[in-house]
Amino acid sequence: MSKIDTQQNAHPSGPGNAGPGTTGHEWDGIQELNNPLPRWWLWIFYATIVFAAVWVVLYPAIPLPGGNTQGTLGYSSRADVEQQMQALDAQRDAALKGIEAIAIEDLGKDPKLLQAAIEGGRSAFKVHCVQCHGSGAAGSTGYPNLNDDDWMWGGDYASIYRTIQHGIRQPGDDETHQSVMPAFGKDGLLQPAEIASVTEYVLAISGQEHDRALAARGAPVFEQQCASCHGADGKGMREFGSPNLTDAIWLYGGDRASIHNTVFYAHAGVMPSWKGRLSDATIRKLTAYVHSLGGGE
Amino acid sequence: MASRAKRRKHARIYRANSYFRTGANVMTAFFSAGAYLVFGIMSLFMIATATSAGFAIHGVIILIACILAALTTLGRVKPTERDGWVVPEKTDGGYYDGVIKAGVIATVFWGIAGLLVGVVIAAQLAWPVLNLGLEWTSFGRLRPLHTSAVIFAFGGNALIATSFWVVQRTCRTQLFAPGLSWFVFWGYQLFIVLAATGYLLGITQSKEYAEPEWYVDLWLTIVWVAYFLVYVGTIVKRREPHIYVANWFYLAFIITIAMLHIVNNLAVPAGFGPKSYIVWSGVQDALTQWWYGHNAVGFFLTAGFLGMMYYFVPKQAGKPVYSYRLSIVHFWSLIFLYIWAGPHHLHFTALPDWAQTLGMVFSVMLWMPSWGGMINGLMTLDGAWDKIRTDPIIRMFVAALAFYGMATFEGPVMSIRSVNGLSHYTDWTIGHVHSGALGWNGMITFACVYFLTPRLFGAERMYSLRMINWHFWLAMGGIVLYAASMWVAGIMQGLMWREFNAEGYLVYSFAEVVAAMHPYYIIRWLGGVLYLVGALLMAWNVWMTAKGRLRDEAPLDAGQPYNPSADRPLEPRPAGALAQPAE
Repeated sequence: MSKIDTQQNAHPSGPGNAGPGTTGHEWDGIQELNNPLPRWWLWIFYATIVFAAVWVVLYPAIPLPGGNTQGTLGYSSRADVEQQMQALDAQRDAALKGIEAIAIEDLGKDPKLLQAAIEGGRSAFKVHCVQCHGSGAAGSTGYPNLNDDDWMWGGDYASIYRTIQHGIRQPGDDETHQSVMPAFGKDGLLQPAEIASVTEYVLAISGQEHDRALAARGAPVFEQQCASCHGADGKGMREFGSPNLTDAIWLYGGDRASIHNTVFYAHAGVMPSWKGRLSDATIRKLTAYVHSLGGGE
Repeated sequence: MASRAKRRKHARIYRANSYFRTGANVMTAFFSAGAYLVFGIMSLFMIATATSAGFAIHGVIILIACILAALTTLGRVKPTERDGWVVPEKTDGGYYDGVIKAGVIATVFWGIAGLLVGVVIAAQLAWPVLNLGLEWTSFGRLRPLHTSAVIFAFGGNALIATSFWVVQRTCRTQLFAPGLSWFVFWGYQLFIVLAATGYLLGITQSKEYAEPEWYVDLWLTIVWVAYFLVYVGTIVKRREPHIYVANWFYLAFIITIAMLHIVNNLAVPAGFGPKSYIVWSGVQDALTQWWYGHNAVGFFLTAGFLGMMYYFVPKQAGKPVYSYRLSIVHFWSLIFLYIWAGPHHLHFTALPDWAQTLGMVFSVMLWMPSWGGMINGLMTLDGAWDKIRTDPIIRMFVAALAFYGMATFEGPVMSIRSVNGLSHYTDWTIGHVHSGALGWNGMITFACVYFLTPRLFGAERMYSLRMINWHFWLAMGGIVLYAASMWVAGIMQGLMWREFNAEGYLVYSFAEVVAAMHPYYIIRWLGGVLYLVGALLMAWNVWMTAKGRLRDEAPLDAGQPYNPSADRPLEPRPAGALAQPAE
C-alpha cells in the first residue's frame, strides 16, 4: 500500500496536506476522494489486456461464420492429447514389442524386458485388479493373496498367463479354469456328523487345535470324499485348482466355523477372463508383475 | 429548470405513493392473502397427486407456509374507529429496520447451519464411515446442502439484509413497499427450506449450485422479482441526487442473478412431480451451467459483497472511500469481464478450444478489475490503520479484503490452461474457493453482523468486543488450516495423477491418491471446526447484544492509547534504499 502512497505522493488526511479532495457528494456520512487510478493498477490492467490480445492471436479464439479462428500456433487440445499419447506409446514401444514377441516361459530371461513388463503390469494392476485383489495384491476373503507362493492354479509364467487370460469359472470361455467342489451339506452328500468330523480332521492336518477323537472319525470321510481333489495328504492339486489344506493360508477362512461352512455350502469364486478385454501385451505385463510379487515359480 | 421539473414529478409520485400506502393497503393485504390461498390450494394438489414422499413433504411445507403467511397478512388489518379497516403504518419517519433485524438473525442461523454441515462432510471425506450408510446422510446429498446453506442461505440473507440497510441510508429514504420486503425475507426462507429438504429427500436437478427443482426455481424467481422491485423502488424514490456506488454493485448482483437463474434453470417438468429436464443438452448445458456457476461467484459472492464493502468499510473506519474514479472503472470492467469467464471451468473438455481460450483470457483480464475493489477498500483505511490493532471489526474487514485479493489473483492464475491442467478436479479448487468463501465472504459478513447488531437492537456496542477478537483469530486459524491443507493436498493430488515412471506408465492408482489425501482431509476438518467455533461465539455475542447486555471487560486498546505519530503512511524511500541492509 505504501507504493500507492508514494506514487500519489498525497495523503488525504495527513496534516498540512490538501489531499485530492472529495467528489463533493456525501451519503449517510460517506464521502469519496477524488484520487486518480493507481498507476500500477492501470498498467497491469493494460498488460493483461495485451496478454489477452496476443493469446487470442496465438490460439483458437474467435468464432466466425465459417468456423473459428485457428490461431497462429495451430494449437488443438485434441491434437495435443493425441501427441502426448503417441509420445508415451513411443516410449513404451520398444519394450512392448519385445514383451509381445518373447515366449511367455522366457519372460524372466531378459532382465531389461522383465523390468519394463513389471512396471507396466504394476500400472495395469492398479486399474484392473485392485478391486478384488487389493492395492497391495494381498487379497481378502474369497480373493487370493498374490504375494505368497501358495498357488491354486500354478505360479510359473505360463500358468499365471493362462489364468489371467481365461479366468476362473468364467462362463463362455472354453479354456477357463473349471472345478466344482460339491456342497456336501446343502446337497445332502454327507450327514451333519460326518461334516463335523471332517471339519475337525481339516483342523488337525492344518495344525490347529482340534478334537482328536472327532478328527480320527473324519479321516476316512476325508479319504473317501475329499482326497480325490485335495490329495491324500490334503496338500491340494493344481489340475483341479484345489487349495492346500495343510498350511495357514485360507481363501475362505480357516477357523472351525469357516471350514464347516465351506464343506457344507462349498465355494466357487469367479475371476473374469481378460483376453479380449486387455491387449495381449498388457496380460503379459500383468503376468510379469504378479510373478514378481514374491511367489513366482 | 430541469431539476425543478424533476422535483415536481418526484413530489407527485410521492403523493401518489402515500395515497396508495394508506388507502389501498387493506386491499393489498386481502389480495396477498388471496394469493397465498391460491398457492395453498396448489400445495394441496401437490400433496394429493404426489407419487413420491419428497414431493408430498414439500407440499406440506408450502401449505404450512401459505397458512402462516395468510394469517399474518390478515392479522395486520385492524378495524378503525369509523367502521373501516386499516393496516397500521410505521409513522415515525425512520428507516424500516425490522426486516433487516430478521435478516441478520437469519444470517447468523444459516451461517451456523451451513458451517456445521460443512464440518460434517469434511469429516465424511476423512472418515467415510460417517456417511452412516443412509441415503439422507450421504456425502452426495449433504454436500449441496452445505454449499447452498453457506452461499444462498448465509450469504443471501446477509446480502438482502445489508442491501436493505444500505439502500435506505444511502438514498436517505424509507424502503419502497416495506410489506413486500417482508415477503422477500420470508419467501427467501421458504426457498431455502424447500431447497435444503429437497436435497436430503433426493430432489435435485444435479446442476452444481443450481440443484433445486423447477417448482422451487419458479418460487425463487417470484421472490427475486419482489426483491428487485423493493430495491429499485427505493432507489427511484431516493432523496440523494446520485446513486451511491454500493447500490451499483447490489443492483448488478440482483439483476444478473435473476438472468443467470432463469436461463440456467429453463426446464420442462416431467409431469406434475419433482422431476424435470433442462432444455439445454450436452456441451451447451455444460457451458450454460458454468456461465451460471462462475457468475454466481462473480455477481453473488463478489459484486454483492463489494456492495457491502463500499458501505460498511468507510462507515466503520470513518474515512472517505479512496477513489471515486477507481470505483467507476473497476465496477464497469468487473461487470463486463466477469460474464465471459465461465468457460475456464471447462478446460480440456468437449467445449471447443476457442471458447476455452476466451474463458481464459477474460479471466486473466479480470485480475485488476477485481483488485480495484480491494484497493478501494484497503486504501479507505488510509489514516486509520491504527484501528486494525484496536478494532476487531476493522481487522475483519481488512482480512476479508486481503483474502478477496488473494482469491481474485489465484483465480486468474488457475484459469490459465496449463495451470488448470494441474489444478482441475483437484482439491486445489476447493482450497481456492474456501479462501474466497471463508476469508472474503465469511469475514466481511461477520464484520457486517457486528456492525449492524448493536445498531438494530439499540445497543451501545456489541456485548463483547473481546469475543469478536477471539472470533477473528479462530476464523483466521481455521482459514489458514483449511486453505493451506487443500493447496498442498490439491497440488500433490494433481502431481500424483499425472506421474509417469521411466517406462512410461502411470505410477499411482486413484485409490492410492485418495489414501495420500487422508491427513490433509483431517487438517481441513480441523480448520472447519475452528471456523465453526468462531461463528458460534458470534451467535452468542449477537444473542447477548439482542438481550441488551454489555459484557464488563477491559477495552482492547487498554494501556496503548492511540498514537497519531505512529499512524502515518510510509515515507518514500530514496533510490537504492532497498539494497541497503536494515539498521
